[in-house]
Order: sequence, then C-alpha cells, then structure tokens
Amino acid sequence: MVQLNWLMELSAAIFAIGVAGFLARRNILVMFMSIELMLNAVNLAFVSLGSRMGTMDGQVIVFFVMTVAAAEAAVGLAIIISIFRNRETVHADDLTLLKW
Amino acid sequence: MNVEFAALSLILVFPALGVLFNLFLGPRMGRSAVNIVGPAVMFLAFAVATWAFLNVLAMPAGSALYCPLWRWLEAGKFHVELGLRVDALSGVMVMIVTGVGAFIHLYSIGYMAHDEDYARFFTYLNLFAFSMLILVLADNLVMMFVGWEGVGLCSYLLIAFWYTNPEFAYNGRKAFIVNRIGDAGFLLGIFTILATLAHHGVWSLNFVEMQAHAGMIDVTAATAAGLLLFLGATGKSAQIPLYVWLPDAMVGPTPVSALIHAATMVTAGVYMIARMNFLYLLAPDAMAVVATIGGLTAFFAGTVAIVQPDIKKVLAYSTVSQLGYMFLGVGSGAFAAGIFHVMTHAFFKGLLFLCAGSVIHGLEGEQDMNKMGDLRHHMPVTFWTMLIATLAISAVPGFSGYFSKDLILEGAYESGHFWLWLLGAITAGITGFYMFRLIFMTFFGESRVDPDKLHHIHESPPVMTIPLIVLAVLATIGGYVGLPEGLLWGDAFAKFLSPVVGNFKPTVEASAAMLSVVATGLGAIGILLAYVCYMRMPGLPMIAAWRLKGLYELLLEKYRIDELYNLLVTRPLFFISDYILNRGIDRMVIDGAANGAGLAVETGGEVARRAEDGNVQHYALVYLLGVIAIVGYYLYLVVK
Amino acid sequence: MPLILFWFLATLSVVAALGVVLQRNPVHCLLALVLTLLTIAVLFIGQGAVVVGFLQAIVYAGAIMVLFLFVIWLLNLPVETGSTGRLAAKLLGAIGVAALLAELEVFWVPSHLQVKAAGHVAGYGAIDALSQTLFSEYLIAFEVTSVLLLVAVVGAVALARRTTETEIQQRPENSARPEKAA
Repeated sequence: MVQLNWLMELSAAIFAIGVAGFLARRNILVMFMSIELMLNAVNLAFVSLGSRMGTMDGQVIVFFVMTVAAAEAAVGLAIIISIFRNRETVHADDLTLLKW
Repeated sequence: MNVEFAALSLILVFPALGVLFNLFLGPRMGRSAVNIVGPAVMFLAFAVATWAFLNVLAMPAGSALYCPLWRWLEAGKFHVELGLRVDALSGVMVMIVTGVGAFIHLYSIGYMAHDEDYARFFTYLNLFAFSMLILVLADNLVMMFVGWEGVGLCSYLLIAFWYTNPEFAYNGRKAFIVNRIGDAGFLLGIFTILATLAHHGVWSLNFVEMQAHAGMIDVTAATAAGLLLFLGATGKSAQIPLYVWLPDAMVGPTPVSALIHAATMVTAGVYMIARMNFLYLLAPDAMAVVATIGGLTAFFAGTVAIVQPDIKKVLAYSTVSQLGYMFLGVGSGAFAAGIFHVMTHAFFKGLLFLCAGSVIHGLEGEQDMNKMGDLRHHMPVTFWTMLIATLAISAVPGFSGYFSKDLILEGAYESGHFWLWLLGAITAGITGFYMFRLIFMTFFGESRVDPDKLHHIHESPPVMTIPLIVLAVLATIGGYVGLPEGLLWGDAFAKFLSPVVGNFKPTVEASAAMLSVVATGLGAIGILLAYVCYMRMPGLPMIAAWRLKGLYELLLEKYRIDELYNLLVTRPLFFISDYILNRGIDRMVIDGAANGAGLAVETGGEVARRAEDGNVQHYALVYLLGVIAIVGYYLYLVVK
Repeated sequence: MPLILFWFLATLSVVAALGVVLQRNPVHCLLALVLTLLTIAVLFIGQGAVVVGFLQAIVYAGAIMVLFLFVIWLLNLPVETGSTGRLAAKLLGAIGVAALLAELEVFWVPSHLQVKAAGHVAGYGAIDALSQTLFSEYLIAFEVTSVLLLVAVVGAVALARRTTETEIQQRPENSARPEKAA
C-alpha cells in the first residue's frame, strides 16, 4: 500500500527541484522546462489526493492543467522565438525588458 | 538721603543723540556739522553732570541722586531694574568721563581734520562715551556689565579705526578677545554673587541692596567672586596677565588712546572694585591678590617703558604701570586713594597722550623718538603742557600726581604690604626716569627730525591746544583736594568718598612724611638719571644697552610675553580649532553624518533597485518568498 | 501498486528532475524532462488514473516536449556556460527553496493519517468517469479552456510569424521622419 504522504512528499520534492531550477538556470528554455516540472509535480499531488479520496475531481483538474500548460507552452515558445529573432540571445541576464 | 533726579538720564541721552546724528546724518551733513555735534553733546552731558554733582555736594554726606529707568530682566524671582545713580563715587567718575571726554572730543576735531572718515570716528567716540557713562552711572552690577561690554566693543572699533591696515585690525581683535577672557571672569563673578545671595533669598544685584545684605556672603564666596571680578578688571584695566592688548592698542588714533586707554575705560576696573568695596572687604585674600598684581604690574610695565623708542608705546606702558598703582591702592583698602589716582591720572595721562598726538600731528605721523629732538621751540604750548604732565606723573611735589601717588604708597605701607610699597617706591623712580627720558628725547637736544619734515613742523591749532591747556591746569591743581593729614583741609577727597567706600584703617604705623620723602627721593633720582643720560652724556644709554645687551633686548621685547602667550595659548587653540574641531569633528563627524545619510539612502536605493531590474529570476525569487509566506500562514492555522 | 515499483519510479523521477535542472546541454535537459513526465504518467496509472496517465504521456510528453525540442533546434542554442548571478540571490534562493520544502513537508507528513482512504468505485479512472465529471460539474471550465486554447493558437502564430517588409515600413519610427537628402 503506497502511503499518501510518500506521494505528496515526492510531489513536493519535484516541485522544489523545479523552483530551484527556475531560479538557478540562465537559459530561458531550461527555465521553461523547470516550470513544466513544477506543473507536473502539482498534477501528481492532485491525482494522488483524488485517488485517496475516491473522487474524479483531482483527475479533471489535472486535465485542465495539462490543457493550460499546453497553451502556455505554445505561446511562451512563440515569445521566445520572437525575442531571439531580435536579440540573438536567450540568456536571462540580457533579457531585462520586464521593467519600466 | 536719596533724591530722584530725572535729569540724570540726559547724561546718557546726549551722547546717544550724538551717535544717531553722526551715524545717520553725519556723512551727509558734512564735516562742520559733525565737528559741532560730536563735542557738543559731550559738553551738554558735562553740564548736566556738573549740575548733578553740585547737587550731591550740597546734600548731606552719603546722599545720592537716582533715576530709575525700567525693569529689564525678569526670570522667576530674579529681576534687574535699570537705573542711574549719582553718589560721591559715581559723581566723581561721571565728571571725569564727561569733562575730560568733552575736551578730547574737541581736540579730535583738529586731530582728525585730514581724515575722511570723521563721521564714523565721532559716532564711535560718542558711542564710547555712552557706554562708559552707562558703566559709571549704573546702579546695579548687571547694568554695569552692559556698559563694560559696550566700552570693550568701542575700544575694538576705535583701535581698528583704520581697519584697512591688517595689523591695526589684528590689534583691535586682540584687544577685544583678551577683554573677552576677562569678561568671562566678570560674568562668573556676577553668578557667584547672585548664587550666594539667592541662597539666602535675595535676588537683587543692585549695589545698595547688595551692600545691605553683604553679611550673607561668606568668605569663600566673597573671595571667589572677588577674584573672578578682578579677572575681568585685569582684562579691562590691563593688568597682569591680560594687559597685552594695551600697548598694541596704540595703533588707534591718539585721541582714542587718550580717552579710552588712559583717562576712562581702563579705569573701569578700579571703579568696579571701589564700587564693590563691601565685597572685597569680606575677602582679605582677594584684596591681597589685587594689591600684589597691581604692584607687580606697576613695576614690570615701568621697566619695559624705559627702553621703548615709540612715544606712544612709552605712554602705553606707563598707563599700565599707573593702573597698577591704582590697584595697589584699592587692594590695600585705600579705595579713595585709588580713585583719587584715577582722577589725577585722567588729567595728566590724558594730557600726555594729547600732547603726544600734537607732536605726531606736527611731525606728520612720526612716532619714533629717535627721530625727534629739539621741538620745544617749534611747539611751545605742547612742550609746556607736556612738561607739566610729566611733572605730575613723576610725582613732583606740588603737582597732582604727587598727592595721589603718595596716598597710595602710604596705603600700601600702612596695610602691611611692605614689599609692595617698596616696589611702588622703586617704580616711582623708574617712572621719573622714563618720563623725563621722553621729554628730553622729544623736546631737547639735537634735532634728529627727518629733513623733509623739518619744514612742516608747526604748533597745533587752537582747537587742539586749548584742551591741552585746560588739562594742564587740572593736572596742576587737581591734586589739592587730597592733601596730607593736617595740612589745610586734609584729605577732603577721601572724606567726600567715605560714605560710599568707607574709611581706610591702617594696620601699620607709619610716618607719612617719611614715606613721602623716600618715594619722592627715588623719583628725583630717576629724573636725575634721565637728565644725565639724555642731556649730559647722550652716548651713555647706548653704552649701557650694549653692555647689558641681554637685559636690554628682553625689555625691548617686552619680556616676550606676547610670544609666550602665542606659544601657550594661541597656537594650541588654533591647533585644536583646525585639526581637531575643523578636520576632525566638523569634516569627519558632522559632514560624515550628513553625507553619510545621503550615502545611506543612495546605497539603499542601489540595493532596493535590484528588486525591479527586469531580471525575471529576481521576480521569481520575490514570488517564492510570497508563496512561503502564504503557505506559512496556512501552517500557522493548522498548528493552532 | 507494488511498493517496490513505486520506490523505483519515485527515485527515477527525482533523479530525472535533477537532471533537468543540472544538465548543461538543453537537449539533455529536455530528455530528462521527458523521462520525468513518463515516470509520473506511470505513477498516475498506478493510482488508478488511467486516462490521465495516458494523456500525460501522449499530450505532454509527446506533443509539448516535441514542440520544445523543435524550438531548441530552431534556435540552435549553444551549450550553457557557467552560471552568473550574485551570491546573495543564490543564497536567498537556496534558503527559499529549503523553506518551501520544509513547509510543505509539515503538511504532508501527517497527511497519511489525516486523509481518510476511500475506496475506488468500479470504473474509477476510466474515460466514462472522467467525461461524466468533466461535462457536468466542470462544463463551464471546459468551454472556457477551449476558448483559451484558441486564443493561444492565434497568439502563438501571431508572435512567431516573421514580419513582412510593409509592416516594418508602417512602424511609426520608420516613416514619421522625412528622409534627409543624401
């Protein structure tokens, strides 16, 4: 019998790894992948809890998360391509546009 | 009995009006107007003073005229009411100040005839008279201090009258600053007295009231207050240790030297002690200090005077020396004698300075006696009046100085100060020597005058010679109010002043005649020595100077006291001021704090700026911190 | 699900996640991410969420990751050099992550006992059950999500398109000033 807390801790661990990766890496695409990691960790948590509680709600939410993740990935990558065309770089230190 | 006499205020009002006129209207109304108004207000003040003084003479002994003004200070129980008072003591002083002052104002018309700044000069001169009269007429210690400060200011203004010369300006500052040191002592003295009296519930600094409650002051407080007040006196009246400003004050116009640094301001210290006699009588130690410093100063200043080549410097050191006599007098308990000498000194020293001014004026600015000689034919009035003054100061019997100096030396001996008496007697000899040296070098012998100036030597105009004559008459007959015991009316002066300053009580028996003979004899020796050195054997002084070179230079350099003060006081103060206070505290601490505050804000801004620098990962970090906080909040709820 | 399988999958997913974060070459990162996704998919299936597990593998790993890969190849990125950044930020980040992990652990550690285990109904995790819940309780969310997808598609196309010459000319900074005579 797989204990719930193991699954939740696994989810927390993957989430933490994702956060660390987002903060530490400089390559935008790898940062993006870290975001995906975080999303997946959350998915795992939802499914585990839903399964334990015997409802389908967890899985439905995962369904939505996946959809939104797909949309976000598409738009995000399009932005990255657009930036790369203008600046020839995907290094986070060079892309400091998100200010006044 | 005390009589109210509102006209006393006029004595102050007239000089004040003079100040206002000369200050605001003077330059526009022209030289003639200023020349009239300046002296006129003084003569008017003198007239009122005379009227008041005659009233006091007519009233029974111990009477006074008073004129209340207004309540000036009020702080809790402490209050200061301003008021004027003319009793025997201040009556004498106000006569001297207005009388001699008026004639010096008159003299200044001629002396400053070629100076463009005449309006400013008379403004300052009138202002001085105003302040000095406040000092003399004040009925309480605080008001006296106001006048005290005022004359200090005017002294500075007048010494540095030709301020474009840096040395003159420096000397003016020196006078003011040295005076300030004394004034600090004076203030502390006032505080001591007030603290002591207030302890017993008396909060007044009025002279009459203080004297009435003098019994409340214990010996320690009286000694402390007396010494502190005397410190102020050493500053104002140029005694050891604060006399150094007076010789340098000679750079001012000669009428200034005559009025301020001979006749009036410098005697303020003596007047103050006479006024506060009730305090000093409670503190014999303080009086001993006063007398000792007076005697020592008299001697030392005299020794410096004998080698000075500048005619005004000789007179300056002579003034310091004579002031020493006055303090010797009041310090021995002979208050009346001290004031008597104040009066005679005002006559003959004022006259000496005016004559010196006349000589300088006639020689178009020459002050070095080595370049004078044989002037008595060219300037007869000046010569004869100056000779009379010299006879007076050398205590030649018959002239005023003889009577007053004798009374002082008698007082010194009879109060037990034998050594001080001896010092005073020797100084009398020295005085005779240097004064007649001055006469012989200036008016006799071969003429050493610059050839160019020889043609222009002329006697001074009447506006200058009339004051000389008046003062010469006073220097001759002025002493006859204080004759020795048993002779005619005796010491009428002392009797007149006794209700205010008390009677002198000798503790040592002495024959007045014997003391007089000794002092006069020494004086005669001094005069004879001068005659020999400067008339018979002119080479003798030079040989003596060469033989005693070390001593000669020490005296010429005035014992290098100025250099000593510079080393001990001025340079350390400048060092502290520049290195410690300026570079240390001001620049490093205060500026550092001010700049540091700015720097802190700047640095803080630099750090805070990074929170919004466009770097997405920094934003994520902040986001993460927010998440931690929110999760932590839920944690907190769960834990509860 | 057999415990040993779970532990194997758990370890693998953590290692793969670390691989995503620590690899230098972006392509290697991507492959590690794919591994993580597949591992999680298996975990899903093990929990009984069969449909979602397959969807994870097909949609996530199959489509989205391939999209990522295309972009990486398109941009022809070099291998990343050493990381830059201030020590203070790194330190703060490390502390933050550790703090977050600790906080979450506090929640999860007792969860084993707090959440009551309920049994699975028959057909749990099958497509029927999913669609039942999806189209009844979450209908509006479903519709909105589809609009979201449409917007995303349009946005992606608009952003990634090459701008034509006429569009560059029409930009305000290029046409406002009159050309200076050469």
